[in-house]
Amino acid sequence: MKLIDKKITCYVNDIELEVEQGTTVLDAGKKAGVDIPTLCHLDLHELGPVNQSANCRVCVVEDDNSGNLIPSCSQYVYDGMRIQTDSMNAVMGRRTSLELLLSNHPRDCLTCVKNRNCELQTLADDLNIREIHYKGEKMDHPVDDSSRAIIKDPNKCIMCRRCITMCNDMQTVGVLSPLDRGFDVVAGTAFHLDLDQTSCTYCGQCVSVCPTAALAERSATPNVWKALNNPDKHVVVQVAPAVRVAIGESFGYNPGDISTGKLVSALRRLGFDTVFDTIFGADLTVVEEAKELVDRIESDGPLPMLTSCCPAWVQFIEQQFPDLLDVPSSCKSPQSMVGALSKSYYAETAGVDPEDIIMVSIMPCVAKKSEADREELSEAGLANVDYVVTTRELARMIKEAAIDFRTLAEGAFDSLLGESTGAGTIFGTTGGVIEASTRTAYEMITGKELGTLEFRQLRGIEGVREATIETGDRKLRVGIAHELGNARQLLEAIQRGDAHFDAIEIMACPGGCIGGGGQPYHHGDISRLERRAAALYHIDDISERRKAHDNPLVKKVYEDYLESPGSLKAKQLLHTSYSAKERI
Amino acid sequence: MRIDTREKLSEIKTANSGHKKKVSLYVCTGTSCLSMSSDLLLERFEILIDEKNLDADVEVVRTGCLRFCGQGPLVIIEPEGTTYTQISLSDVDEIVEKHLIEDTRVERLYYEDPKLQKKVPLADEMDFYKKQKRIALRNCGLINPWRIEDYIAQDGYRALADVLENYTPEDVCNTIEKSGLRGRGGGGFPTGKKWFFTLREESDEKYIICNADEGDPGAFMDRSLIEGDPHALIEAMAIGGYATGATQGYIYIRAEYEVSIEPLRAALSAARSYGLLGSGLFQSGFDFDIEIKIGAGAFVCGEETALIHSMHGWRGEPRTKPPFPSQQGFRGRPSTVNNVETFVNVPQIILNGAEWFSSIGTEGSSGTKVFALAGSVRNVGLVEVPMGTTFRDIVHVIGGGAPEGKAIKAVQIGGPSGGVITEEHFDTPIDYDSLNDIGAMMGSGGMIVMDEDSDMVDISKFYLDFTQEESCGKCTPCRVGTKRMYEILDRLLAMEGTPEDLERLRTLGHNIQTASLCGLGQSAPNPVMSTMQAFPEEYEAYAYRTKRTAYEIDLSLCIGCTKCKRVCPVDCIEGELRGAHVIDPESCIACGACHEVCPKDAIIEP
Repeated sequence: MKLIDKKITCYVNDIELEVEQGTTVLDAGKKAGVDIPTLCHLDLHELGPVNQSANCRVCVVEDDNSGNLIPSCSQYVYDGMRIQTDSMNAVMGRRTSLELLLSNHPRDCLTCVKNRNCELQTLADDLNIREIHYKGEKMDHPVDDSSRAIIKDPNKCIMCRRCITMCNDMQTVGVLSPLDRGFDVVAGTAFHLDLDQTSCTYCGQCVSVCPTAALAERSATPNVWKALNNPDKHVVVQVAPAVRVAIGESFGYNPGDISTGKLVSALRRLGFDTVFDTIFGADLTVVEEAKELVDRIESDGPLPMLTSCCPAWVQFIEQQFPDLLDVPSSCKSPQSMVGALSKSYYAETAGVDPEDIIMVSIMPCVAKKSEADREELSEAGLANVDYVVTTRELARMIKEAAIDFRTLAEGAFDSLLGESTGAGTIFGTTGGVIEASTRTAYEMITGKELGTLEFRQLRGIEGVREATIETGDRKLRVGIAHELGNARQLLEAIQRGDAHFDAIEIMACPGGCIGGGGQPYHHGDISRLERRAAALYHIDDISERRKAHDNPLVKKVYEDYLESPGSLKAKQLLHTSYSAKERI
Repeated sequence: MRIDTREKLSEIKTANSGHKKKVSLYVCTGTSCLSMSSDLLLERFEILIDEKNLDADVEVVRTGCLRFCGQGPLVIIEPEGTTYTQISLSDVDEIVEKHLIEDTRVERLYYEDPKLQKKVPLADEMDFYKKQKRIALRNCGLINPWRIEDYIAQDGYRALADVLENYTPEDVCNTIEKSGLRGRGGGGFPTGKKWFFTLREESDEKYIICNADEGDPGAFMDRSLIEGDPHALIEAMAIGGYATGATQGYIYIRAEYEVSIEPLRAALSAARSYGLLGSGLFQSGFDFDIEIKIGAGAFVCGEETALIHSMHGWRGEPRTKPPFPSQQGFRGRPSTVNNVETFVNVPQIILNGAEWFSSIGTEGSSGTKVFALAGSVRNVGLVEVPMGTTFRDIVHVIGGGAPEGKAIKAVQIGGPSGGVITEEHFDTPIDYDSLNDIGAMMGSGGMIVMDEDSDMVDISKFYLDFTQEESCGKCTPCRVGTKRMYEILDRLLAMEGTPEDLERLRTLGHNIQTASLCGLGQSAPNPVMSTMQAFPEEYEAYAYRTKRTAYEIDLSLCIGCTKCKRVCPVDCIEGELRGAHVIDPESCIACGACHEVCPKDAIIEP
């Protein structure tokens, strides 16, 4: 539709407004101070596509001129439009739509994983629904718990299609789509296949936007509780960078409030024997990856080198670009590096039998759960990581253990694998991995000390970004993509031979790990993600050490154990391989 | 030969006009007759005519629908117009022997007028045909749809030639607008206006699309038009393409219509081989071609945005409008979507002028409308009448009333999206505005007659069952709401409903009508809402559980013959010989077996 830059006049509940042509009724309402309730609508603004499917019919308002009920999320204001958001017709319309959805819903709120986080539940309360007038058959689909990462319960699906929009428009993975007809319609996979039979990357973006619990993480907490209560097990935990700037949201803090110290204390209270920092693994990854990059540049090895710390991204390339499996870095992800070293270096140092160590990761991510299952990520039959717990799950564990998070003292990570730099910290946001690696690669290539540490050209929120960095005589060409749809663009350009990069960072989630599928729900408020990212950059800013290779414990682990970056031992413990996994 | 001038067109017309032989024998191969093996009759006629050496004088014409479907298979023998009905294979020999050789008539195969109880030999004299006026169905049954020359003989493709020679695109849109042609798919949007919308859009590419999805149960207007006169559609689409700036046309037709797709494919390739499709039609700079898109037969794909989604190969689902298809349609380009019947009127409007067309029908609704007349009516078939004809005329005159002299209770129009018209409105002229005034809608042309025995609650449930299954499931009111309405009706019919259910039906129906995304949802409650309004007592009888659902024996009439007791399949009748008999209402399954055998009419129907 052609939208001319023109001002038009409309009336919302008789309040006169001047709006731009192309303004939705929903936005016009906001301007008039009316917060029209919505359910299926989701707008991630510059981060992603808009789910404007007008399905749920909860946002209907009355167009006085035509007398019709119209969905405010997807109808545009026209000149002279008179909108009634609170007429009897409009209110009854939205109430009936909601009652109908509830009539086909299990309504097991008390025991539902989304209890108090469910948009359907909130809306039922907001609209003061106290009785459901329509009774009848309810959907009866099997629950899909085939994967280690995601549980899909179609009986809770309200067909908002947000997941479908994320899976198709943002991630271009295309696993989820509407199935069947009539009352049986549900968001699902082709032929109702189990998720583990599809090309799902477990990125969890469907989970992060699902208004109900139709898509949720598969919880690892029962296993973790069991391990914590087993006196024969030595339970080690590690925490990813993006967790510390988000978990506070579950305890009344603002998005971006940094709660690293309280988080460590909480983990100790829960009974973990040792608390390590995944950022240590990130620093180690930077060193190994920078070495690999320099080697590849020097030996005309396959370029570009793509980062490999995002598990959804690794699944994506294995499934969709099997011809490009030589481009990702062979480095394991930081979580796996910490896991591998915990069960070797730490076990030896602490005198614990690796068999007795249970490695638990606290991650902003649901795909990490399936990463932990990869056979490639184990040594002598012992998985690098045993259980992955998302930020949300950890918050629930803390509440369950009756720990008052807000009054906790500031704790500190255990040494050995607990020291971190600002470089590894910014792994949690898009552009952070490549910026951290560049700081190290620059010094490796040039042999000179880097002056300004910030590479501002690598920061930002655009889906695909490019930069050229002077490293002595050689220019380092760097690309960044977050969201898999953007990654696909870059990969297709590489396939065609149109893209010439030395290194590319790819993150599956919008904004990187801070927007991961395991984080506290953003409910469509992307400023939350921005504030989490800003917090990570702030930690970097105030860090004493801001280059991964300056991490004294990283240096120590090479001296004590790994010899040097890229050594045989480092290769054995810290590197992995990929294989084609073509699925439908 | 390439037909690229009017002269060449005239040559072909002249060569193919008039009856080629002394006698023409038209065998209906419309869907209904075909389903009764009229193709075998046709074959038998051809064999016999060959065997008896009659082929010098007799021509057998394979035609499209002769429209009087209830009397099929039909054969009409010209020049006199003798019409033989309900012919079986064994009758063919007799017709050949008597009619063609001996020149006598096979009177037993004449149509018998049920009212006059008199045989009627000629189609023109039958009430069914007399009140009809054909524009859309003009050639249907008169020509062999498989022969493009037959169409050209009826002035086919002359309108296209005229348009390309003498009209600008604006002229065509103007003519159509002035004619007052409105969308025959049910919406009734002025066609000329729709064409103007697309014409005024700027785009590198535009499309003209024919909606032949015809999803209403019991409707067969579009398929009959395509099967009987495919070239009329092709010519009209070319004219529409020229008028709107489209060089590519698409016919979206459901996969189940294999019988229609075949002649359509043949017609397209015939038109191409004559250069009537392709580049530079009639030596103008106008290129045009048509492709068939086969849909999977979802009812919702008759909705234009869902249809376009389906054409893309996507799931057939509607989307919010605007943007309208004229702005963003197929492949995101401006597209015009018209129904088959709308299109086939176009060449006639061009040939006879806008004034001629607008003089037919009523002021706001020009021309004619084709209906598929079915249900409890004596004369079942395809009916084309001028707009403004009353329901009474269609049902009682053309349709001949209900069989067995039963009273007609209502007429359902517009299929599952429509509502019922009751006796009080039978004199309403059928046109867009008058129907609107009585809260009904034209619909695409399904017309089902219901007699006094019809249970309106049960009928509503039938329609709702259809729509709730055909819902694409995108929006809540349609996906869940129609299911809940269906469940309420189901409860009512099982005598498990409550008076509150009636209020629930009304509220829910209103919500679905106003809050659904597309026309399917918005109209899905219509059958329920209109029958609730017209026959509230039938709903109340279920809701208050006063409805009799079992047969009952009138003891004053029962003579104790035991016949009923003996036939009852569930053994729910008690009684001794010569004593009174009683039906247990709890066990009665209302099969009616007892009612049929009772010699004294002592058994009261529920």
